[in-house]
Amino acid sequence: MAEAPASGASTGRKNILKTLEFDTRLLGMVGAFVIVCLVFNILTEGRFLTPRNVFNLTIQTVSVAIMATGMVFVIVTRHIDLSVGALLATCSAMMAITQTQFLPSLGIDYGTPLVAPVAIVVGLLTGAIIGAFHGWLIGYLAIPAFIVTLGGLLVWRNVAWYLTSGQTIGPLDDRFQMLGGIGGTMGETASWVFGLICVVAACVAIWLARRSRIAHEFPVKPMWAEFVLMGIAAILILGFIATLNAYEVPTRVLERSFEDRGMVMPEGYSEGYGIPYSVLLLIAVAVVMTLVARRTRLGRYIFAAGGNPDAAELSGINTRLLTVKVFAIMGVLCALAGLVASARLSFHSNDIGTLDELRVIAAAVIGGTALAGGIGTIYGAILGALIMQSLQSGMAMVGVDAPFQNIVVGGVLVFAVLIDIIYRRRTGDT
Amino acid sequence: MVDRSGTPLVEMRDVSVSFGGIKAVDHVTVDLYPGEVVGLLGHNGAGKSTLIKCLSGAYKMDAGEILIDGQKVDIQNPRDARKHNIETIYQTLALADNLDAASNLFLGRELVTPMGFVDDARMEAETRKIMGRLNSNFKKFRDPVKALSGGQRQSVAIARAVYFNARILIMDEPTAALGPQETQMVAELINQLKAQGIGIFLIEHDVHSVMDLCDRASVMKNGQLVGTVNVNEVTDEDILGMIILGKKSGD
Repeated sequence: MAEAPASGASTGRKNILKTLEFDTRLLGMVGAFVIVCLVFNILTEGRFLTPRNVFNLTIQTVSVAIMATGMVFVIVTRHIDLSVGALLATCSAMMAITQTQFLPSLGIDYGTPLVAPVAIVVGLLTGAIIGAFHGWLIGYLAIPAFIVTLGGLLVWRNVAWYLTSGQTIGPLDDRFQMLGGIGGTMGETASWVFGLICVVAACVAIWLARRSRIAHEFPVKPMWAEFVLMGIAAILILGFIATLNAYEVPTRVLERSFEDRGMVMPEGYSEGYGIPYSVLLLIAVAVVMTLVARRTRLGRYIFAAGGNPDAAELSGINTRLLTVKVFAIMGVLCALAGLVASARLSFHSNDIGTLDELRVIAAAVIGGTALAGGIGTIYGAILGALIMQSLQSGMAMVGVDAPFQNIVVGGVLVFAVLIDIIYRRRTGDT
Repeated sequence: MVDRSGTPLVEMRDVSVSFGGIKAVDHVTVDLYPGEVVGLLGHNGAGKSTLIKCLSGAYKMDAGEILIDGQKVDIQNPRDARKHNIETIYQTLALADNLDAASNLFLGRELVTPMGFVDDARMEAETRKIMGRLNSNFKKFRDPVKALSGGQRQSVAIARAVYFNARILIMDEPTAALGPQETQMVAELINQLKAQGIGIFLIEHDVHSVMDLCDRASVMKNGQLVGTVNVNEVTDEDILGMIILGKKSGD
């Protein structure tokens, strides 16, 4: 009964897109990303889209992408955070010191299973407290976010320096390092299982959304459209996993791991890396942040306060406390990003996260977050981070000189925002 | 006729508000009975919006007290006002332009699922119900409210005030941005709400609307109350005289 009338005889391309209810902005970003990938693949004679490079690209994006999801909330509420790179460094320093100095001084030595979880909790608390403090200065004392976080950029960068005396601290705990990327992957079988669970979850989500619309007698898409959506989701998820699984662990590494267990590697044995745990973490962050944005009161208030701060206040929303929460979330995400970044390097370095604030803001903005507030998506920010990282590593592979790489990235940022403005003007979407 | 023998629904007694030494509201007393519409009139800057914002929780008063059903109440912010079933339709409408009608209607009072997530489907269904009553032409439930016309936006703001069983309704120039047909709709709605026993403070510039819609009119000038009159005992000219000259006819 609630079936929408089929779109008749005229099934143009636009109609199909309309029936599938695709977000055209998302399509545009995906299109841009695909073009970037294809162009670099041609320029590098097929080296860009190899399993190895896709794997590397993925783990290099995680840290900035995690922070970009939080930057979406910050920018949506009409604020900015210039301190994320410095905050990442302070959190990373705290986690490194916890493992190498604080816990050993308590008699909990390197290699104890307790080390990694304690270090991570210390890092997350550091991020949450500093972020909440920024939010308090901005929300309750009404100091502009630009100033608070510009000050924060200097303060936290140098707090990290002071804490570590500027030294590189490492190697970090083995279990801690598993969240860095190549140091911890799920392996082929677990990756396939995870992929299948994701496919089932996606299909169930699409189905439940349809049922809920029918229950409230709202119009729904035709059945075939739902199945096409499910199919696309399945192909994307399983394709991604097949690619990561196709990146094989080097034979030398495998031989050594067999030797460690006192065995001989069978002839012709091979193993793929599968999904890195850091990517799993990013997926979890993306899912949670999307749920917060779309399905919780907190998310609703973040977008309301960004769209019209006065209206939010008059609707009884405590916008000051909201600012504290938004910046505390940002702080926690900086800590997670610091965890991934230092684990990937296997040590804490003094310059970790330098200029990340600009990459994170650029990722959010390229992903369609409007600086005027009220508009932005989590998936957009992650896609933005992926596009930025693809450009950067693609140019490095082609052999573009370092200065030109940054010149191109800067130009792309401005151009992306221009395209967005034109798009919004065309669609009347402000 | 409004029965004014019992306790007033709202009394604002001796209210004063100053901004940096300027007395925006100076010892003003007004009251409102159930089922009554009281118009607040005055030039721009006369203090009528400031006075009423103390009742809706947007401003805090420096002196004076507010009584609801004869009980003294403390209204510090919009949340407090809502607890006392005071709803406000602001002149600016106070809508989040980037959200859809349902999100605006339930802003700050979202319906949630047992899991604690916002229940958009149920909120949209409720919005469709109330809009069917208020403005049956309203169809854009999925669009952000910035895509709506002035009248449609106004009906979202009105729906928000009406949906939550308001006992006291504040309307700040509800018809200022509307066409004749939509103004008529608001007038009918006011009479309907009045019949349900809701008390309404109506801030208006237009003396004719006041004569049509209100039972009493309180006129302010320079932060002070000029006087409160029964609308059916005075003429347009009397009220205009109070607004312009700042004194009651016969004084």
